[in-house]
Order: sequence, then C-alpha cells, then structure tokens
Amino acid sequence: MPINQIGPKRLVVGAHYGLKEWIIQRVTAVVMVVFTIVLLIDYCITGSATYEGWSALFSNQLMKLLTLLFFFSLFYHAWIGIRDIWMDYIKPVSIRLTLQALTVLYLVACAAYAVEILWKV
Amino acid sequence: MADAQQNAKIDRPIYRNIGLAQLIKYRLPWAGKVSILHRISGAALFLMLPFLLYLLDQSLASEMSYQKFQAITGHVLVKIISLGLIWAFLHHFCAGIRYLLLDLEIGVEKADANRSAIFVFCLGLALTALVGLKLFGLY
Repeated sequence: MPINQIGPKRLVVGAHYGLKEWIIQRVTAVVMVVFTIVLLIDYCITGSATYEGWSALFSNQLMKLLTLLFFFSLFYHAWIGIRDIWMDYIKPVSIRLTLQALTVLYLVACAAYAVEILWKV
Repeated sequence: MADAQQNAKIDRPIYRNIGLAQLIKYRLPWAGKVSILHRISGAALFLMLPFLLYLLDQSLASEMSYQKFQAITGHVLVKIISLGLIWAFLHHFCAGIRYLLLDLEIGVEKADANRSAIFVFCLGLALTALVGLKLFGLY
C-alpha cells in the first residue's frame, strides 16, 4: 500500500468513498417515482376518492409490498440526504454525531409506524 | 485563457467563509437556486414525516378515521401547510428527475442545464398551483 493513502488497510478518502450512498440515493429515488406514478394512475382510473376505494387499493397484496418498498426507500433516501446536510453544515464531531444518531432513531421510528399503518389495512 | 485574464481584471466580490449577511447578496444561478430549494424541500418533507404518516394512518385505519382525516385536511390551516408540503414534494420530485437525467449525461451543457433548471422551477410551481386549485375546491 502506498504511504500517501491514509488508512493502513484501505483508501479512506478519494473518488470511490461514498459511491454506495450515491447509488442508493438514485435507486431509492426511482422506486419512489414508480410508486408515485402507480398512485397517479390509480387516481386517474378511480377518479373521486372514497374510503372503500382508498383502503381497497392498499389492501391489495402487491400494492402493500410496493408501498412498503416505497417507505423503506423513502427512509433510506432521507437518511442519506439529511446525513449530507449534517456533514455540510455541522462541523463539531460531537454535535454532528448526535444529530446523525437522532436522525437514524427518528427514521427507524417512522419506519415502524409505516409498517403498523400498512399492517392494519 | 484570454477569458480568464479578462475576468480577473473585473473587481468581483470575494466570498470566503460565507456569512449570513453575505448570503443574502449572493446571486445564485438558476441551477443553484433549484439545488438549494431541493435541499430545503427535502429537509421540510423529512421534518413533516410524522404528520404525513399520521394523515395516511387516519385515511386508512377505518371508515370513522377516514372521516376524521377529511375533517383534519378540510381545515384551512392544514390546507395551507399541505400546499407547502405539496410544493416541497413536487419541486423535489421534478428537480430529482433533472438530477437523474444529468447523471445520464443528458442536458449537461451549460445553456441546457440553465434552461432545465428554470423549467424544473416553473414546473414545480405550476403543478403546485394545479393541485392547490383542486385542494381549495376551485374545480
């Protein structure tokens, strides 16, 4: 390993660091676009909104899976985005780490709530 | 090279460690405006997640809770907040698709990128107006 690379075992800085998050940000975005289009198509077909139609849509097994996929994509997407905001503006490590930890807990709680909502339908 | 020398002669303001006072004077290009609004809209949606999940919960849980959902979303204040969030979603959505296209190297030329930034900004507002008119029962 050349000595100009900081980590003893691997490169910890440079072009490839963060590539995984970059790709996940985009994959999750596409999932959310697909879900949005599905909702839009359903709205165009059914027209006016009623409880029966709305709950029937989400009680469909395939839709339930897609919705859950949408939510997990949303929360992972939000984690990467908010993490970027903390990394850009919050410089003291202690505050940044605290905010990042709170963000993760907040999103996990949101994910649990989302699962509960879909479970009941 | 000649361009760079010419630009260097013009007395431009220098921004290092931008403070809040300078931030107001800082004139962003359209791509920059769309970018910072992408970040702000994303953060707003993130902060309002519990509220949005609560609304979904009420709309799906039962016939009774659906009526409660309608009552909540029927309130003027909730409608205004919702309209703000609808703009945040639509702007984030449109600007995000612009980024996906830029990643595929579509429209990366300076003039094209500027045009698409203006287009995305206007599209976000136009779609918000469309949903807003529906939300306030104008059609």
